[in-house]
Amino acid sequence: MTDGQVVRKILKPLVWIGCLAPAAWLVRGIVIGDLGADPVKTLTHTTGLSALTILLVTLGVTPVRRLLSRPSLVLLRRPLGLFAWSYAVVHFLIYAVFDHRLSVPEISEDVAKHPWVLVGFSALLLLTTLAVTSPAAAIRRLGARRWNRLHRLVYLAATLVILHFLWLVKRDVTEPVRYGVILGVLLLARAIPALVRSRRAGGAAAEAS
Amino acid sequence: MLIRRPPDIPASEITGESLYQNRRAWLSTAGVTLAGLALPARARAWGGDDKLTPYDVVTTYNNYDEFGTGKDEPAKHAGGLKTKPWMVTVEGDVKKKGSIYLDDLLKGIPLVDRTYRMRCVEAWSMVIPWNGIMLGDLIRKLEPGTKAKYVEFTTLLDPKQMPGQESGVLGWPYVEALRIDEAMHPLALLTTGVYGKPLPNQNGAPIRLTVPWKYGFKGGKSIVRIRFLETQPRTTWNIAAPQEYGFLGNVNPNVSHPRWTQKEERRLGEFFKRPTLMFNGYADQVGQLYTGLDLKANF
Repeated sequence: MTDGQVVRKILKPLVWIGCLAPAAWLVRGIVIGDLGADPVKTLTHTTGLSALTILLVTLGVTPVRRLLSRPSLVLLRRPLGLFAWSYAVVHFLIYAVFDHRLSVPEISEDVAKHPWVLVGFSALLLLTTLAVTSPAAAIRRLGARRWNRLHRLVYLAATLVILHFLWLVKRDVTEPVRYGVILGVLLLARAIPALVRSRRAGGAAAEAS
Repeated sequence: MLIRRPPDIPASEITGESLYQNRRAWLSTAGVTLAGLALPARARAWGGDDKLTPYDVVTTYNNYDEFGTGKDEPAKHAGGLKTKPWMVTVEGDVKKKGSIYLDDLLKGIPLVDRTYRMRCVEAWSMVIPWNGIMLGDLIRKLEPGTKAKYVEFTTLLDPKQMPGQESGVLGWPYVEALRIDEAMHPLALLTTGVYGKPLPNQNGAPIRLTVPWKYGFKGGKSIVRIRFLETQPRTTWNIAAPQEYGFLGNVNPNVSHPRWTQKEERRLGEFFKRPTLMFNGYADQVGQLYTGLDLKANF
């Protein structure tokens, strides 16, 4: 099998199974009534954590692809990103329905008043922008360069999600810090090679002059 | 007739027999009616559904950071806490000072059964049938002096038994306190049981503070020291985040926590939120403690 076939026939189905697992677990919990003492909190927390985890995996695709020199891994990036966004949407809907009975004025007030809600909501808007521009047609329409630049917003979105997590915990920041460190490593994994590349390019330019 | 009771509340649901038998004693001292101890009629009228939170939820969904910050961690890690024998030290401006076994401390004080709403500052709530004593009864027995304006409660400090104390999440030991008039209020309890069973360790065994009109964090658990003080002591959450947790910690839907609203709460097990009531629905009983006080500044 070629690399492309491995990705398409094995890794992609694995991504689907892995990404649907938390949803399946929640549906099972709803059906048998086993979501713990505070079911809404379980739903909110699990969907939020799944969105963040999958988002970090999405951000891991490019560094791993470069490290292993397996360009076809890029095929996993879009489904992963869309799953992350889907969990974020469900996360928001649970909040909107059960915390605010879909009242737009109430939700707007909550977003405006509480910074951690604001950053979470902003992250959702950013991810939504990326989701709607994810089809191949959108890449063609925007042009690869502009599309790439637009999709760099994912770094900002992920950072906002970490902030959202940090600001919502009462006192024990262990968990959000752990996720934040992973995001930091993933961002460095991009920043350092990029820096090296630009240094090299700069050096080459200096030599040439 | 001195004792009035709204007809829609069965007495059996709100007060235990022991309290009922002793009603005259505290009625005269506190000047409140028996109806005052019930879940107020207003709260019932709102939905008529202050149903008891099941025992397994009360005992497995806990904030007790000494045993871990996850809600399920106290139930998992509190088993090793040795609560017998238990010594309590009484200090400060009080006649009966010294260290005393818990059983001796409580001797002669009538037991009461009370069902209270419990509102956490995190905007969830429960309804819990407690067993214990009225804090005021103990204070009278200890005979505080005239300079005693505050009562402070300190939780056990023992990282060997309380693994959460190895972490720096909060400053240990956990300290909570009340003004003496709050402590003397007949709604304020020291509890030793839930659902007629001894208090499980994760709920603060062997003895904890239960003040139903305040957020749950005011209820110090596994108490080893009671101090009578002239000046207001610093309390643990207030030290950790003074802008988020005040000294009084009264349930107040009109004063938001800086990071979230306190207007509504989720009763555990329910999906939609319900309005939070002033003083957790005990405004008729405790409101007069705070007459003239700016509750926005003193939260």
